[in-house]
Amino acid sequence: MKVLKLAALLIAVGMPQAAEAHRAWLLPSATVLSGEEAWITVDAAVSNDLFFFEHNPLRLDALTIVAPDGSKVEAQNASTGKFRSTFDVELKKPGTYRMAVASNMVFAQYKLNGEEKRWRGPLDKLEQEIPKGATDLKVTQSQRRLEAFATLGAPTEETLKVSGSGLELEPITHPNDLFAKEEASFRLLIDGKPAPDLEVSVVRGGIRYRDDLGETKVKTDKDGKFAVTWDEPGMYWLEANFTDDKPTIDKATERRAGYVATLEVLPQ
Amino acid sequence: MRVFVPLGLSTLIASPALAVEVTLKVDVPQLDVAEYHRPYIAIWIERPDASVVGNLAVWYDVNNRKNEGEKWLKDMRQWWRRIGRELAMPVDGISGATRPPGSHDVGIDAGKAPLGDLPAGEYKLVVEAAREVGGREVVQIPFAWPPKEEATLEAKGKSELGNVVLQLKP
Repeated sequence: MKVLKLAALLIAVGMPQAAEAHRAWLLPSATVLSGEEAWITVDAAVSNDLFFFEHNPLRLDALTIVAPDGSKVEAQNASTGKFRSTFDVELKKPGTYRMAVASNMVFAQYKLNGEEKRWRGPLDKLEQEIPKGATDLKVTQSQRRLEAFATLGAPTEETLKVSGSGLELEPITHPNDLFAKEEASFRLLIDGKPAPDLEVSVVRGGIRYRDDLGETKVKTDKDGKFAVTWDEPGMYWLEANFTDDKPTIDKATERRAGYVATLEVLPQ
Repeated sequence: MRVFVPLGLSTLIASPALAVEVTLKVDVPQLDVAEYHRPYIAIWIERPDASVVGNLAVWYDVNNRKNEGEKWLKDMRQWWRRIGRELAMPVDGISGATRPPGSHDVGIDAGKAPLGDLPAGEYKLVVEAAREVGGREVVQIPFAWPPKEEATLEAKGKSELGNVVLQLKP
C-alpha cells in the first residue's frame, strides 16, 4: 500500500516535470547581422533532439520581442504548424534584439471524490477551474523563460536587462559575441538576485547526427556566475531549473522556475 | 584627441614613418566553380592582442542597387567582430568595389592613417576574404613598425586568397 501511494505521488508530482522533460527552444535563422536593416525568422518548438522539429510546436502566446532601445517589436508572419511555430522579426535599428517566451503558470493537484486530479493554467483561472468539492489542493507556481538574441551591427546592452521576475540570465559576455574555444560567462538570477549553486546544462545542436549527447554541466557560484568554454561553433541550448518554496503568488506553496537560451557560437 | 606636439619634436617622430614606402599586393584567385561571385575582402592592421589599429581596405558590393551589399559584410566574420560592426559603411578611403581574379595593388599612403601615426611596435596585417556561396579565408602577415630595412613579407592563401605580398622600404 505504501509503495502504491508513493508511486501515485511520484506520478502526480512528476507530471509537470515530465511535461517539461522535452526540450523547448527558439531557433533564430541568424544572430549576427550586417546592413542598414535586416530580417530574421525564428522557429519555436518542443523536441527531444536539438534543434529538430519532431514533437510539438511551442505556443507563441507569451512571445515578446524587444528592440535595442527597449521598445516592443511585433512578430510578423507568425504561424503554428504540427511540429513548430515560426515568426519573422524585422530588425530596423542597429543593436541587440531579444526574443522571449516567458510564462507564469500554476499547476494544481487536488482530490475530487477520492480521485487525483491535475490542472494547469494561468493563475486567474485557478479559482473557477478547481471544482468546489476539491480537497488536498496543492498549487505549484511555474515560471518559464525561453530566450534568443540577434544583433544588427554592433552588440548593445539595453535589451539584456533582466525583469527581476523568475529565473533569468544576465550576460557578462554578450550573447551575440560568442566564439568557439573562448570562455563566455553569465550570471543566473532568481527574482533579480543571484541564483547560487544551480546546475546549468549546455548542449550543442545536431544531436541526431552523433551518438554522444555531449552535455556540459556547470554550476553557478555564490554570485550566480558560471562560465562555459564552447568546444565547437554551432547553436547551443542552455538550460537551468530552480525550485523553492517561495512562490511569488499567494495560493502556491512551491515554485519551479526554468530558463532556456539558444546561443549561437561562431567559428574564430 | 590629438596631443599637441611641438613642431620640432613632431617632425622627429613623424619623419621615419613619412619616409617609409609601403606596397601591398593581394591576389584574388581564379576559381573553377559553377557559381562565381567576387569575394568580399577586408584588409586591416591589428596589434598582437588582436585590437584593430585601422582599416586599409574593404572591398564589397558597395554599389548594390538595393543597398543589399552590406548584408554579407558579416561573413568576413573576424573583421566584422574586430572592427566592421562598429563602422558605418561605406567609409571614405576604405570602401571599394569587389575585385576580379588577378593581382591587385592596395594603395597605401604610409604618411596617412592608420600608418602615419603608428607607434613603433609589432603588428599584423590581416586579409580576410569571404565569397558568396563559397568559402572564407584569413591570411596574416606579422611586421615590425617602422621597418629598419627593406623587406618583402609574404603569405599565401589556400582557397579564397592567393599571394599576399607586403613590401616595406624604410
